[in-house]
Amino acid sequence: MKLSLGPLQYFWPRERTLAFYREAADWPVEVVYLGETVCSKRRELGTRDWIALAETLKAAGKEVVLSSLALVEAESELNAVQRMLDHGGFLIEANDLTAVQLCRERGMPFVAGPSLNLYNHRTLELLVADGLRRWVPGVEQGLQQVDDLLAAYACQGHALPEVEVIAWGRLPLSYSARCFTARAFDVAKDACGFRCIEHPDGLPLATREGTPFLRINGIQVQGEEITDLGPEMTVLRALGVGLLRLYPQSEGMREVVEHFDLARRSPLPPPRRGAVNGYWHGLPGKPGLPAG
Amino acid sequence: MQLVCPAGNLPALHAAIDAGADAVYAGFRDQTNARAFPGLNFDEAGLRAGIAYAHQRGRKVYLALNTYPETARLRAWQAAVDHAAELGCDAIIAAEMAVLDHAMREHPNLARHLSVQGSATSAPALRYMHERFGISRAVLPRVLSLQQVERLCERSPVPLEVFAFGSLCIMVEGRCQLSSYVTGASPNRHGVCSPARFVRWEEHGDGRRGVRLNGLLMDRYAPGEPAAYPTVCKGRFAVGGETFHALEEPTSLNTLEMLPQLAKAGVAALKIEGRQRGVAYVTAVTRTWREAIDRQRADPANWSARPEWQKALSAHAEGHQTTLGPYHRAWH
Repeated sequence: MKLSLGPLQYFWPRERTLAFYREAADWPVEVVYLGETVCSKRRELGTRDWIALAETLKAAGKEVVLSSLALVEAESELNAVQRMLDHGGFLIEANDLTAVQLCRERGMPFVAGPSLNLYNHRTLELLVADGLRRWVPGVEQGLQQVDDLLAAYACQGHALPEVEVIAWGRLPLSYSARCFTARAFDVAKDACGFRCIEHPDGLPLATREGTPFLRINGIQVQGEEITDLGPEMTVLRALGVGLLRLYPQSEGMREVVEHFDLARRSPLPPPRRGAVNGYWHGLPGKPGLPAG
Repeated sequence: MQLVCPAGNLPALHAAIDAGADAVYAGFRDQTNARAFPGLNFDEAGLRAGIAYAHQRGRKVYLALNTYPETARLRAWQAAVDHAAELGCDAIIAAEMAVLDHAMREHPNLARHLSVQGSATSAPALRYMHERFGISRAVLPRVLSLQQVERLCERSPVPLEVFAFGSLCIMVEGRCQLSSYVTGASPNRHGVCSPARFVRWEEHGDGRRGVRLNGLLMDRYAPGEPAAYPTVCKGRFAVGGETFHALEEPTSLNTLEMLPQLAKAGVAALKIEGRQRGVAYVTAVTRTWREAIDRQRADPANWSARPEWQKALSAHAEGHQTTLGPYHRAWH
């Protein structure tokens, strides 16, 4: 089983980002996803910088995947996706249909990211014909759906593509044209002052009685809890999951990677380190809430 | 521009047609559509009657089959497509690739519209759906600015339909998991957002109220303060020491004043949201938009949004407030 570093969802200063990946070059992860997936205005690193970083990590022995924006609206955003593909040297993570089509038009393989809607075996078949090489199930699909899908797909005599599950991190739940960080600071999106850079793990949102609930991260909303599928290791292996995705966080990432590295080499599943991912068990995504 | 109106049941369908809708959209009474609410939608006899009513008057009926079936339920969705074709619907509105693919192969003459839930926000995304599944129209997600809509109209391989009025989803449709994060039930999989069976109102005796979604507090209200339906995106929460509508206020989208620009851009159809709303809403909103569209078409140079139209629409808006939403840059 491989470990992957998912794309950095937050906005960090340039030096912090570069330092993070310098360290990551020595971590026991086989795959690194790079690129801005949330907000096209975040330009501490431009496409060229991400590609340069990709070259460096590739030279360090990592498989590098370039991740595309989850929401593509403006011409400038479309151009950003195009520039990423123009390089041609890296696998692309398609996070919306824009990237799928651009890969398809160029005959380039892609990873179907978690914000692409892929819910059944027939759609997997269609997307494999378009160039899908690896599938990251969307956050609301649990063990049952993934198991059913892969079984039905294999039943038709197809070789399964690689499957990568989100094993660690805050779940991306939604995207909007609106920037919620700008809204929280009462500034216009067009003059946001990049306030999200002050919140390296997102901005906490709680209910009116103080229950931690969500994280605001620019135009993206995440769940508050850092989810952990480590304890499901035995099931993940049996399911044929090939990669465990670990989402970067500002502190303690090395320890997280080491924890999963040890876990994948152990016969017994590791102790729980993060929160339960309710979705995986067919429950509400937020841990501790009752089933309907 | 065609006016496409919601029909949550047969009386609403009749109301929409009578008030001047060019087409109505409806759903089966199950989870195959994104308004799978108790007591709403159509059984076979109802839909047959509705289609007959519309066709006798030269109008169209589109069937929303716009949720995302997992493997175990794909056959049921495919059967729903077959059923829509048998009943003589004028088009299906679908989002999921396997559903669209089935429709294209089995019922090539049944028009396929890409649902707003399909989340296509760019020209390449629209090209994908057109080349792969032969869609003949696409409904755009409510995240694009007017300028972006204009540009897409130029570049899209198919005619475009946009939302003109009704409750406003502020997240990209088809990719919002806020409801399932709290309840386990999602628009994509179950055709519902923050379903009523999870909603609990708390009365505190002194007139104060609170509202919970699956136990989680979505908002509190002072005595006499108007309360909103507790979808997660419209609750009040604490961020950085302040409590406010952190995602969006309860408000409705109203693009009436943009009618000339939408017409000029080449938008093919305007969609009214609200299959969950009653006959009074459907009648008033349809009638208002019919008149506005007709007058704009007849005399574009002298058209302006009349105050009485705006008043009629505001009366039916969520929280009696309306916004231009994402069409207007200031909203972002």
